[in-house]
Amino acid sequence: MSESNTMERRDFIRVAGAIGFAGAAYGASGEKSEQMLWQLDPNKCTQCGRCSTHCVLVPSAVKCLNQFNICGYCDLCFGYLQPGSRDRDTGAENQLCPTAAIKRTYIEDPYYEYIIDEESCIGCAKCVKACLVFGNASFYLQIRQDVCINCNECSIAKACPSDAFQKVPASTPYIYLTGDIESTRSLPSADATPPQTTLGPA
Amino acid sequence: MKPRALTLIAALLLLPVTLCAAAEMRFPPPDFQTGYSLPDLNPDTPPTASSNGVPDAIVLFIALSITTWLVFKSRSRRGLFIMTIFSLGYFGFYRTGCICPVGSTQNVMAAVLVPDVGVSVAVLSFFVMPLLFSLFFGRVFCASVCPLGAMQELVAIAPIRISPALDRALGLGRYLYLGLAVLGVATGAGFFICRWDPFVGIYRMGHSYGMLLAGVVILVLGVFVARPYCRFLCPYGILLGWMSKFSKWHLDIPPSPCVSCRLCENSCPYNAIDMPTPQHLVQDPKIGKRRVRLLVLASPFMIALGAAAGYLMHEPLSRMHPTVEMSERIALEDLGAITVDNLESRTFRAAKQTTAELHAEAISIRGRFKTGGAWLGGFMALIICLKLVGLSTVPKLDVYTPHKETCFSCGRCYPYCPVEAVPKRA
Repeated sequence: MSESNTMERRDFIRVAGAIGFAGAAYGASGEKSEQMLWQLDPNKCTQCGRCSTHCVLVPSAVKCLNQFNICGYCDLCFGYLQPGSRDRDTGAENQLCPTAAIKRTYIEDPYYEYIIDEESCIGCAKCVKACLVFGNASFYLQIRQDVCINCNECSIAKACPSDAFQKVPASTPYIYLTGDIESTRSLPSADATPPQTTLGPA
Repeated sequence: MKPRALTLIAALLLLPVTLCAAAEMRFPPPDFQTGYSLPDLNPDTPPTASSNGVPDAIVLFIALSITTWLVFKSRSRRGLFIMTIFSLGYFGFYRTGCICPVGSTQNVMAAVLVPDVGVSVAVLSFFVMPLLFSLFFGRVFCASVCPLGAMQELVAIAPIRISPALDRALGLGRYLYLGLAVLGVATGAGFFICRWDPFVGIYRMGHSYGMLLAGVVILVLGVFVARPYCRFLCPYGILLGWMSKFSKWHLDIPPSPCVSCRLCENSCPYNAIDMPTPQHLVQDPKIGKRRVRLLVLASPFMIALGAAAGYLMHEPLSRMHPTVEMSERIALEDLGAITVDNLESRTFRAAKQTTAELHAEAISIRGRFKTGGAWLGGFMALIICLKLVGLSTVPKLDVYTPHKETCFSCGRCYPYCPVEAVPKRA
């Protein structure tokens, strides 16, 4: 009798411990229990190109988007055309995009529409950088949440030199452009400009 | 008159806005004449339904239940083996190993230690479910549900037995790994368990060269030393072991009384079968008690020593944090010790943050590592004390028993036991 009582007591302690443990873990999880997803802040992005090389997916889950209400629909689009290209047409030799993921369509004189084929986009940010330096900065990178497998530690976040990756709530999974180039977006630093300070003893 | 005045006022009010907008754009947005309308601005592709982890949590629960049934009712090594292949396929290759209960430890730690960070219910259930199963049924999660364990279980073809002493000593690596992982989360240095996950590169068929190499090395080693990651590195295994130690039910080698035939002695490649205590080792309980007493007296000093050692290690430890690494690099560049800049330092110098701000931030992070390092050192010393206490008494055993804390419930010993009613050959 006394033995069965001890066993029951042990079971009770075990069950109570389990419930307490689960409850404590749930309590500790806090109020912000919403699912979080990785996203990159286009205002911090410096277009270094690592999004295309450091994602565990091939091609990367980072894609280029075009914010059409900022886009100038330029005929001479620096995001689309290779610098120094002879013709402004869809010839492969004239395109900046390494995978020809930007589709150029004639709308009316002198406007052309640029749509990104996300299947082909590798997130290399070449077009983003060119549009930011010379154009309206309507191209920007975002993680496509339907492609991203949401690794616990994002390998691009670890490699990002400008700390642009952060976790966002699943209810607002994208960070859109605000449109003001000069004040909000970091201008490219990587190889477009030399380092600001000279190296060596001061 | 009145409407016109209103329009004028409205126009005047809107003037700064329009001017501002014009100042932002180098090329004004076009005024289309042909009735062209802008494409849908933000084709908001929501995350895939399965990415929130709820379906995975359900699969995890079912897999744990089936494994429990296989371990206790069916007692089938073959069944467990098939379950192992399923888990490797589903959690490993299909779900690309993320999120897994091992890694979820960090999410839960982050929710506990870091303010403003939470953890979703699905992720929390990933952490809690294997522990609860462990509390009642032993480490059934390790048996055939964990994708990391599954990979190693399948390659353990020619396991050799390593001495229990070496096994125990290397097993301390798991505690160090857990301590480092918690330190990484608490200081914001990153999720080390995920960063150093050896098999995720194999599941995803691509990762950094170093990680793929580590995975292959562990697998090749795992052919001879069964489950090296689980036994010497896995941080989650510690928590499972603690739970399993107090488990209500646990895998038994003989389903009915053990006949001490010694046939199972060599069946376990994990040193997880405790043998009956040999006569010559049975000792006077007083000796053990005295040792324990001495250890308890010595433990505060050992813990203090460990904490001091951990505190002194804060500088190398803090280099795991990207900000500290960056600050040291910038300082070396400024001193001329490094003459070639890299992408990180170029980006930093082009950004708004000043060098002084960076160094100040790095110093405050180093402060966090002082506290964290002391905790880590104290924790390791405490674990060593507890291990020594465990070693100083010889438990009295009459029959072959699985060691509840280290047994993976893999069922390798079943086919060796002649007491099994119907021996099931694996």
